[in-house]
Amino acid sequence: MLTYDAINVGDELPSREHTANIVQLFMYNAAIWNPHRIHFDHAYATEEEGYPGIVLDGPLQGDWIGQVVTDWIGEDATLVSFGYTNRRAAMLGETMTAGGKVEEKDDTSKEVKVSLYLQNGDGEVTIPGHAVVRFS
Amino acid sequence: MAELLTPELKACIGQASPPVHVEVTRRDLRKYAVSTGQKAKKYLDGDVAPPLFHFGYAMEILPLDELRHDGIGEDKLIPELPLKRLMAGSSDTVYHQAICAGDKLVVTRKLKDLYEKEGRTGPLIFVVTEVVVETQAGEPVLNETTSLIAR
Repeated sequence: MLTYDAINVGDELPSREHTANIVQLFMYNAAIWNPHRIHFDHAYATEEEGYPGIVLDGPLQGDWIGQVVTDWIGEDATLVSFGYTNRRAAMLGETMTAGGKVEEKDDTSKEVKVSLYLQNGDGEVTIPGHAVVRFS
Repeated sequence: MAELLTPELKACIGQASPPVHVEVTRRDLRKYAVSTGQKAKKYLDGDVAPPLFHFGYAMEILPLDELRHDGIGEDKLIPELPLKRLMAGSSDTVYHQAICAGDKLVVTRKLKDLYEKEGRTGPLIFVVTEVVVETQAGEPVLNETTSLIAR
């Protein structure tokens, strides 16, 4: 069980790798009802929009860093806020690593602020993010 | 710097899309959980929504003949801008209560701001929208502020 008192500023959250294949990307875009061709039509994405491949959705990558937080807190805390920024594109087939770190603790509100990242195989952060969780 | 945002465009700030009523189904929650690679049982069983599940509720369901060659339909909330290439910017959500299977929700999108900046490769227009999710009784569920960048 994760408790407020056991958390220290600087703690790393458990990281996780994600490598979406075309089936997962298809199901994700179907689930959110996103018909943009860059996410399933290789010829269109490369020849007409100039991407090096099929493009991973930003919000899917955002979800992956959200999972770093929700898997870390489980049922032990509540998510208060969560945000992410699309900094650079990622392509289908890339292995992305999601992780995070404890940045601040507020003893009055029992809130913990974490920074989050998703990085590609070259170590470049494609999606930085942040979240606040509250312990009761 | 040339003014790209005319008074007519600026006048669109504050407009809102018609509220969309959604019924949260366990099946939709499970599809989202599987396709995003969730590990938590509560998500995979469709009991409760992961933090970005609501993103799909902001996607309009348009008839086939309204979809362009790129697959996307016109976003009626955002006026036609002088810069055409839209990129996802950022998303910030404040959560008030969890979304659960069986919930009946009302989703509204608002155009919060339009402003321009000079980027490294030329002018940029920032489009700030807010997605408001409430219960049918009007209790807040979540508020998401998103920014899109046109270049």
